[in-house]
Amino acid sequence: MNNCYQPDIETAPREQIKAWQDERLVRTVKHVYDHVEYYRNKMKAIGLEPGDIKSTEDLYKLPFMSKDDLREAYPYGLLAMPLKDCVRIQSTSGTTGKRVVAFYTQNDIDMWDECCARALVAAGATPEDVVHVSYGYGLFTGGAGFNGGSHKLGSLTLPMSSGNTDRQIQFMTDLHSTILCCTPSYAAYLTETICERGLQDQINLKAGIFGAEAWSEEMRHDIEDKLGIKAYDIYGLTEISGPGVSYECQEQDGMHINEDNFIAETIDPKTGKPVPDGEKGELVFTSITKEAFPLIRYRTKDICILNNEPCACGRTFKRMSKPLGRSDDMLIVKGVNVFPSQIETVLMNEGYPANYLITVTRENNSDKIELQVEITNEMFSDELSEVSKREKKLVNALKSMLGIYVDVRLVAPKTIERSEGKAKRVIDKRNI
Amino acid sequence: MEVKQISVFLENKPGMLTEFAKILQKNDISMKALCLAETPEYGVLRIIVDDNYKIATVLKDEGYVYRVTPVLAAVIPDKPGSLVKILDVLAANDINLEYTYAFITREKDEAYIIIRVQDTEKANKVFREAGIKLLSQDEIDKM
Repeated sequence: MNNCYQPDIETAPREQIKAWQDERLVRTVKHVYDHVEYYRNKMKAIGLEPGDIKSTEDLYKLPFMSKDDLREAYPYGLLAMPLKDCVRIQSTSGTTGKRVVAFYTQNDIDMWDECCARALVAAGATPEDVVHVSYGYGLFTGGAGFNGGSHKLGSLTLPMSSGNTDRQIQFMTDLHSTILCCTPSYAAYLTETICERGLQDQINLKAGIFGAEAWSEEMRHDIEDKLGIKAYDIYGLTEISGPGVSYECQEQDGMHINEDNFIAETIDPKTGKPVPDGEKGELVFTSITKEAFPLIRYRTKDICILNNEPCACGRTFKRMSKPLGRSDDMLIVKGVNVFPSQIETVLMNEGYPANYLITVTRENNSDKIELQVEITNEMFSDELSEVSKREKKLVNALKSMLGIYVDVRLVAPKTIERSEGKAKRVIDKRNI
Repeated sequence: MEVKQISVFLENKPGMLTEFAKILQKNDISMKALCLAETPEYGVLRIIVDDNYKIATVLKDEGYVYRVTPVLAAVIPDKPGSLVKILDVLAANDINLEYTYAFITREKDEAYIIIRVQDTEKANKVFREAGIKLLSQDEIDKM
């Protein structure tokens, strides 16, 4: 099965992809130098001229961009086209400070929609499918991206947006949704609700595309088994376009980067030096086809591994691993790097629900990490010693994964808040 | 002859037991015996009630984590030394007692000991051989 939305592009020879990237990078660098003072100043400051960039081999010469640059240039400072040529604004959730706004021309939107259509087709979607979009609509790119991708493909689109779980499930059963698009935590919640109500037989879903937050393989298998679907990952960020920067194919072994539009690199987050494919590094993207809001060497803060090995699906686009952690999410507890995704993996392995809350505190200059976990019927026993034995087993499993002691707190079911958007998993009460 | 004990997970926070007791009240379920084992964070509430089917349904609906466990309810005279006989029988047969608690009723001059062991069947047999009376679930329900 070689289901590609644009096979000529998605399975193009590597030399062809390199040629596209060389030409488009040169063009984009000239475009931003000519139209964006912010870039011009940054390049001049290190004595770099657009003519110095002749191919992707010269990429490393270009200065990095970070979220701080985006905030400094807010709102129009990085705009590379006249406003009259822009047709859309999207924005990040703004949880870590000032919002970041991104501008799109019609061509930018078309490119983004195409990327999402590729992701949908890779997940098995056809024009016959009913695409149920439960990502939030509005400034958030999730709803808009999948809506556009599904339209492009010609599937019947259900613009559900997030929330109102009863209505989601009713539409899903009444209108025979076949592809579900939402955050993985909401997918897990929908799955739980569907199973609780015994509606598995009335669900027609065949696949789900779940992105915008970290999730584990265990969570994937859990959703796949309970709903009888294939669950695909997707990656993207507002700064670069939105969902669909990379997407998973049926091999479910890494996400293919839409390399005709984006160049991906991995770097050492400390030194900024490139890291070879196959090794962990911070993911950096350069958009090479965008008109209104191109970004050069944007540091995503996601830690990933790039994979240039050929994929059994036939796509030639390089793959990226699921982000192994996000430096914003990454907690440093007692000097140890802790990623919520690691905790999630342990919970799923030990049979606990992936609904948890991490609280980090500091007492007498010493960090403490507490993990609230909901107890299940399977974990419970009438004997206290049995319950505490299971609790201890979890503590040990966490310790061997993270290297530090985690204070586990078993709580009653359904007491940890369910999220209908991005889940709030971490509370850091340390004022540092 | 065994009876069913309902064990419920409760967080160790003010009001949790009240909330639970109110649910029993609302559903007209009567508790015959109660025992609470706790850690600083949570407790295991063990109860014997008069309607096991009803309580299981109610707890499921209310979203509690619970378990139904077979236990033995031995009948002993309400006087000093009665418990010793029971414990002697268990010890003589090498049966380890996991936990136990007792209750009495107004009507009779008897006490009832709830006994939780790993091998309920074996304990049942040795009690019968030692002439110790055990309550059935029916008898509990009618108390």
